[in-house]
Amino acid sequence: MIEQYLYLAAILFTIGAIGVMVRRNALVAFMSVELMLNAANLALVAFAWHHGSFDGQVATFFVMVVAAAEVVVGLAIIVSIYKTRRSTSVDNANLLNQ
Amino acid sequence: MNVVFWICAPLMVLGALGLVLFRKAVYSALSMALTMVNLAVLYASLDAPFLFAIQIIVYTGAILMLFLFVLMLVGVDTPDSIIETIKGQRVLSALGALGLLGLLVFSIGGAVTAPADTMEGATVAAGGNVEGVAQLLFGRYVWAFELTSALLITAAVGAMILAHAQRTRPKLGQRELADARMRAYATSGAHPGSLPNSGVFATSNSIATPALLPDGSIAQESVSATLTERGAQLDSAQLKELTAETFAGAQRVSDEEEEEL
Amino acid sequence: MIGLEIVDPVAATGLFGYAWLMIALPALGALLILGFGRFLGKAGPALAVATITGSFALAVALFVQQLAAPADARAVSVPLYTWFSTGAWQLDVGLLVDQLSILFCLLITGVGGLIHVYSLGYMAHDERKGRFFGYLNLFVAAMLVLVLADNYLVLFVGWEGVGLASYLLIGFWQHKPSAAAAAKKAFVMNRVGDLGMVLAISAMLAQFGSSAFSEVNHGAANLVGPWPTAIGLLLLLGACGKSAQVPLQAWLLDAMEGPTPVSALIHAATMVTAGVYLVVRSHAIFELSTVAATTVVLVGTVTLLAGAWIGCAKDDIKKVLAGSTMSQIGYMMLAAGIGPAGYAFAIFHLLTHGAFKANMFLGAGSVMHGMDDDVEMRHYGGLWKYLPVTFWTFACGYLAIIGFPLTSGYFSKDHIIEAAFGQSMLIGSLALLGAGVTAFYMTRLMLMTFGGAKRWADGVHPHESPAVMTVPLVVLAVLSIGAGAVMNWWIQEWLEPATGAHAHEVDLLPTPIGWATMAVVALGVLVGWLVFGRREVPATAPQGNLVARAGRNELYGNSVNDVLVVQPVLAMSRAAVTTDAKGIDGFVGTFTDAIGGLSVAGRRAQNGYVRSYALTMVLGVLAVGAVLILGLVG
Repeated sequence: MIEQYLYLAAILFTIGAIGVMVRRNALVAFMSVELMLNAANLALVAFAWHHGSFDGQVATFFVMVVAAAEVVVGLAIIVSIYKTRRSTSVDNANLLNQ
Repeated sequence: MNVVFWICAPLMVLGALGLVLFRKAVYSALSMALTMVNLAVLYASLDAPFLFAIQIIVYTGAILMLFLFVLMLVGVDTPDSIIETIKGQRVLSALGALGLLGLLVFSIGGAVTAPADTMEGATVAAGGNVEGVAQLLFGRYVWAFELTSALLITAAVGAMILAHAQRTRPKLGQRELADARMRAYATSGAHPGSLPNSGVFATSNSIATPALLPDGSIAQESVSATLTERGAQLDSAQLKELTAETFAGAQRVSDEEEEEL
Repeated sequence: MIGLEIVDPVAATGLFGYAWLMIALPALGALLILGFGRFLGKAGPALAVATITGSFALAVALFVQQLAAPADARAVSVPLYTWFSTGAWQLDVGLLVDQLSILFCLLITGVGGLIHVYSLGYMAHDERKGRFFGYLNLFVAAMLVLVLADNYLVLFVGWEGVGLASYLLIGFWQHKPSAAAAAKKAFVMNRVGDLGMVLAISAMLAQFGSSAFSEVNHGAANLVGPWPTAIGLLLLLGACGKSAQVPLQAWLLDAMEGPTPVSALIHAATMVTAGVYLVVRSHAIFELSTVAATTVVLVGTVTLLAGAWIGCAKDDIKKVLAGSTMSQIGYMMLAAGIGPAGYAFAIFHLLTHGAFKANMFLGAGSVMHGMDDDVEMRHYGGLWKYLPVTFWTFACGYLAIIGFPLTSGYFSKDHIIEAAFGQSMLIGSLALLGAGVTAFYMTRLMLMTFGGAKRWADGVHPHESPAVMTVPLVVLAVLSIGAGAVMNWWIQEWLEPATGAHAHEVDLLPTPIGWATMAVVALGVLVGWLVFGRREVPATAPQGNLVARAGRNELYGNSVNDVLVVQPVLAMSRAAVTTDAKGIDGFVGTFTDAIGGLSVAGRRAQNGYVRSYALTMVLGVLAVGAVLILGLVG
């Protein structure tokens, strides 16, 4: 029973990873990261259910908190980059190369 | 439960694929919302009603809305180009994704070893799902919980600092604005007073209605340039005729009433 | 071999306690002139003359006191302070004022003082006159340290000091590349000799635990095995460097690039005789080693003839005199090498030579002064009329050097030749031959310079030098003539305690060898007159035969040095550079190039694209996961 949830989580995680690697729009890439986090959350809840304990759910809760904080800061960064470069493409933010 | 899974899971995968494949970021965000809601349903089916609520409120409600909000802020009308600029990125990404999926699927086979248990016993013992989660949060994980508060405060302050725009020139006061207006009048003859109001007609007083000058021509400044550009400007001549008809009609009615008296 | 009687010096009393002032005065003068010459201005040269006069007065006073003292109380040691002590060694700085060193002090301060005075005139128009006198004072101070030291280490300080002063003065006209090169050459060749000195002193410290003369003299008898020979030969190497003896002779002729007073003082009268002083001072060592002593004789004889040969062929008046200096120092070395029979005569000849050679060098300087600094003898001729004082004083020096009866050279050189015949017939004959050649080339010099018809170019107006230059010439001329007769019957006895030499009976009437010498000298003069006196001297040097050409080229000493030392060192350096560049640098370079290439490749990976990094992370996760799973499975 639990395996199907885990396979689903694996598929979602992989799709999220593809999004991060392929999409240039910073917001979409960011959403893909969120998708990966959610896939991990699903696996955690499924394991909690399988083991009959609340620990997995608490871990999910923490992941959500951290994700919220991450989204706040990440979006602020995207906005400030957009304000200076007029672009949300991650390929344009390649100053590390210089 | 199985039924719920088999309904939600394909929707979630569809949503995830939509997130990656849509060229417009708004569609991607909405696809993701679909995935999130279905995920919440799955949480409910996995005996986690508290997380179900949190998922809806925090993720779908707050975070995704935040995404959409920022999307609106940075512009929604530029779809991503589909041409890849980094050499070999797509091929390698595909290979990497395939490998990752293979790895995950392969390891899931050996991941579940303990016999299945159910949440019911734990829920009953704790006196409910929320109580169970709360006992852990404020018991074993209380230190981590407190740290998250520090994290959230820091994130909020960081976001404020990052998004804060520094004023690059001093704010102009009433005096400076008045001076600038008078200077413009002196140099270019621009009218120093306020702009004319939009026109008021019998059938329309919208801001898209241009006012008419005494000679019957249109006062362009009475309508925002943006509206003019979008073609939203109404035809004042037509309105004028309508108004004249209306006045005439009203006059006629009034005259008839007087005659009756 | 004669058993040596070693006389220990007595402690200093009275005026002897102030012997250090002799050194301190010129040293102070040098310090003031070189350090504050800008403020002294024209007082600098006067100060230099004053300091050396003070030193000379002190030397005379000490000499008089020694004369008055009984024979066994004449050697006085003046301890000054402890230089440093390390481990078992304690090195003291002290002075030894004995019969030998006081004679040197008189020579150095006396002749040095005259040359200082002479320089007042000679260098009058030089812009850097002050500095010149500073260097002269420095030289005098260093030379006095050399001869007054009571141990080899302090002697070595003076030894290096005079080397430095010599370097500075040869290169005094440093704007001339030839002078700069000559200074460098002298310095480098002296370092070769110094190597021998350092090794000899080290060996002494190892063998005797001290470098003091008294300790060495006492301890020498206990030396075993090859040590006496080794120390002796090393000391000889040092002496060769300083005294321009074969094989380290090449620098002296080039040293004539310096101002003429320098040539007179340093490269004729005093510094170059330091080697002879060293050998005589170290007599206790040479007594013990026949090999070392014989080598000294050999070196002396070879140099004597080589110098004379060069003197015959050169047309540059200063270089003729330089060759002559080499030759005369060769005589001294020869005498010093003979042993107790020769020490006193070596010193005797050294003193008389100091007088007459200084006389002639200064005379040459006076000639150059009158001839617009031209040194080419073929441009002279008939100068006796124009430079009368210079001519007559030069003539005194000439008579002295060829050994005209009753002049100073007659006494001192005859004794050496006699002693050489006492050693062996061959050495004696060669010394005798040298005397004849000396007479020949000095006659040539005299005739080409002062005799014959005038050969100088139009516009040259020979004139006599001012009194400040001629007075020293006259004093030195008197010494050239008279010094020998004064010292002849006295010096051996006087030096006996210091050199351990036994008295060699001397008589006013010449011995058979003396007669023979006179005859050979007369022959030399005659040949000289026949060749150069009767015929007109060509204004340009003729091609000459092989012998003349060899002499003109300084017996190819520079070529020998070049082939034996310079070229191998150059080749070695080139090989080292090649090895360094191709081998070591090549290896290291390949290594760094590889790292550089790797970095370039790594830099390419850092393209700045976040998506690329994400891909890399995924691949990394794959790798880690694969390893983990394979580990679990395997």
